Amino acid sequence: MARYVMKRIVYMVITLFIIATVTFFLMKLLPGSPLQNQEKLTPEQRQIILEKYGLNDPVPVQYVRYLGNLLKGDLGVSFQYDNRPVTELIGERIGPSAQLGFQAIVFGTVVGLLLGIFAAIRHNTWGDYTATVISVLGISIPSFVLAGFLQYFIGVKLQWLPVAFWEGFEYTILPTLALSVSVIANIARFMRTEMLEVLSSDYILTARAKGISNAAVIVRHAIRNSLIPIITILGPMIVNLMTGTLVIENIFAVPGLGEQFVRSISLNDYPVIMGTTLFYSALLILAIFIVDILYGVVDPRIRLAGGNK
Amino acid sequence: MKKKLSLFLVLLLAVTTFLAACGGNNDTAKDKDGSANKPDEKKEQVLNLLETQEIPTLDPALATDEVSFIVLNNVMEGLYRLGKDNKPLPGVAESYEVSQDGKVYTFKLRKDAKWSNGDPVTAHDFVFAWRRVLDPKTASEYAYIMYDIKNAEEINQGKLPVDQLGVKALDDYTLQVELKNPVPYFVSLTVFSSFMPQNEKFVKSQGEKYGLEANTTLYNGPFVLSEWKHEQGWTYKKNPNYWDKDNVKLETINVKVVKDTATAVNLYETKKVDRVGLSAEFVDKYKNDKNFHTFLEPSIFWLRMNTKNELLKNVNARKAIAMAVDKEALVNTLLNNGTVPANYLVPKDFVQGPNGKDFREENGDLIKTDVKEAKKLWEQAKKELGKDKFTIELLNYDDDVAKKIGEYLKEQLEKNLPGLTVNIKQQPFKQKLELESNMQYDLSFSGWGPDYQDPMTFIDLWVTNSPHNQTGWSNPEYDKLVKDAKTTLLSDLQARWDAMLKAEKLLFEEVPIAPLYQRGRAYLQREYVKDIVIHPFGGDFSFKWAYIE
Repeated sequence: MARYVMKRIVYMVITLFIIATVTFFLMKLLPGSPLQNQEKLTPEQRQIILEKYGLNDPVPVQYVRYLGNLLKGDLGVSFQYDNRPVTELIGERIGPSAQLGFQAIVFGTVVGLLLGIFAAIRHNTWGDYTATVISVLGISIPSFVLAGFLQYFIGVKLQWLPVAFWEGFEYTILPTLALSVSVIANIARFMRTEMLEVLSSDYILTARAKGISNAAVIVRHAIRNSLIPIITILGPMIVNLMTGTLVIENIFAVPGLGEQFVRSISLNDYPVIMGTTLFYSALLILAIFIVDILYGVVDPRIRLAGGNK
Repeated sequence: MKKKLSLFLVLLLAVTTFLAACGGNNDTAKDKDGSANKPDEKKEQVLNLLETQEIPTLDPALATDEVSFIVLNNVMEGLYRLGKDNKPLPGVAESYEVSQDGKVYTFKLRKDAKWSNGDPVTAHDFVFAWRRVLDPKTASEYAYIMYDIKNAEEINQGKLPVDQLGVKALDDYTLQVELKNPVPYFVSLTVFSSFMPQNEKFVKSQGEKYGLEANTTLYNGPFVLSEWKHEQGWTYKKNPNYWDKDNVKLETINVKVVKDTATAVNLYETKKVDRVGLSAEFVDKYKNDKNFHTFLEPSIFWLRMNTKNELLKNVNARKAIAMAVDKEALVNTLLNNGTVPANYLVPKDFVQGPNGKDFREENGDLIKTDVKEAKKLWEQAKKELGKDKFTIELLNYDDDVAKKIGEYLKEQLEKNLPGLTVNIKQQPFKQKLELESNMQYDLSFSGWGPDYQDPMTFIDLWVTNSPHNQTGWSNPEYDKLVKDAKTTLLSDLQARWDAMLKAEKLLFEEVPIAPLYQRGRAYLQREYVKDIVIHPFGGDFSFKWAYIE
């Protein structure tokens, strides 16, 4: 096991390095410069400024310099927020994004699982159909439509909850709901399919034949074995939601990280493009790793060390 | 049955736990709402505003964007500031004298101007600040705005040391500025953020952190920032050290960052904010609201034409294009926010000449929509070029409004000029700029806002080899008029003004650009909010005189 973990960590570092390299060179292919007042500057004035930021050096030189700084934990400074360190920039924004993502995942997973289990047990009854309709709607309604809808009816018309801003728990409820709908839908769908398959498998039949109560069969055997695909989708889903979503954060005025993924690219803010990409990749790689470890816990049939018996 | 019941209970439990969590916090929500919901009984001097973006920086040397400029205009003050009528009013300076040749300005500074830490604002703060802006190490993107000062350009290019700059503190309260040319609008330049003073001791003690947080910035304006939560918002408080504090009525201004217009409108509807900017899709809904207002910005949008293109090299073809678009319909149906059709280059309500007349009042409309005439010119152009069918590309921005405008222009041009095919090419902002400056386009939808309060900020764009010309258009007479206005005519302001009027007329004889509109902005503002002053350049708003009634 320890050897396996070590090996995986080495792979993770290599993966991250490849991502950093590819992103760096692709990013340099973006036309335009990171200057904000670019349209008003003459070429000479542009040169003066690019010189100061070392952007006149050949790209490989910039690349080596970037990697050197990266090893020291220095992600550079942003161009759009003049000279603000990228680590600070991500640090300031990740809090709200992570909180929203976490709440949405917890709420979404709990509700999604219950809905999926319910649908599977009630296979082909009105309960099943209702659950299915909910998940289809949840997947097909774009989050911005739902968010706008929630904001308008609950925030403006009913005035039960704040329309937007980020000033306490009650401000997080609407964005959490909006975010969790797709989680609920996805989890419920997977859980239902998986449960149905498990419920019709031989060992469930055996368990029932042994006279174990229906509840025990479902809780002890069926649910546990149905969780594997859920864990698989949960890893990336957690990373996606906790690093912020552009649309929901914009609609509810959440001071999160989501927008930076897009904005830094359209502004050619190189250090922020690199910073957010690496941050996201590192989390994703880590999540996949944890998921792999969890497989072994949930299902002893999966052996991590492979043929290493 | 029992199992069903237990499952139901589990579900119920999960739902109630969640609702309980929400419910528990709802009490505090109500408390907060109670205090925030005061607009009804509003006498306290608190203004609640929105901004579409986080402040990029409060370092006046580095600021380049509208949000920073607005904040700087309210928390800092230069030699002059724009007044209610958009003419420069004394700020830190009390008065100034100009030498006979117009090249040396001597500013007398007031002795009661203070920094928010209690230090006096002195002439040395200006010398330090301006040198810092021009120092190539600062990499200020607006350094060029100071190029009229003696040696400024050379210093910025690293050819001279910063202490060679033509700015001297004769004593603590006298600032002498030597100019390269006698620019007549120099005093109005000093309202611009880049010209604001900086406290040397403070700036140096903060180092890289200067201007990045509320407490790593020093203020000398009507307000200070008491709080700045990144990406979330900031709070202005009245500055007790401000020399003119008796005329500042607002105690607090809360600004929150909201990027989505629908959200902003919802916040206005629920009385969380007092003012909200509207995008085109909301104008129809609120057009008849008593709190609906519009204002005209000095930003002009046009179609730039690449005069090296096989079609657009023909002046009649360019004229035909400029006259074939129904601008009235464009501004009324697509934009609908106070925007007006532009038949000119220099915006209206922007600048007045030595005789006190608005530039537009004198030059009027120079190229108007006239489909019949356009068709005639178009036929003529086709004959001259010996070809019947042309395909050109329209380079466009990639935002929603520009998208609609692009499609409208295509439809108008193709309908009114038979044989013309327009293909739209949308590009992100930076990429579009790059293509334009390399002249890799045929037609380009673009625009310009002023850098200083003088027609020249629009007129000198089109001289030969201007980096902003980008049309390939070149006219020696135009070049000469601009050159004269910038040199020999500086001693005769009326003659200079006339030269600029003439240049604008000349431009539209050859139409390298087809003007489309002068942009307006629509907004809703609660009736108890008074005297927020809107400016045509520099920072867009002044809250110094604003109050709640």
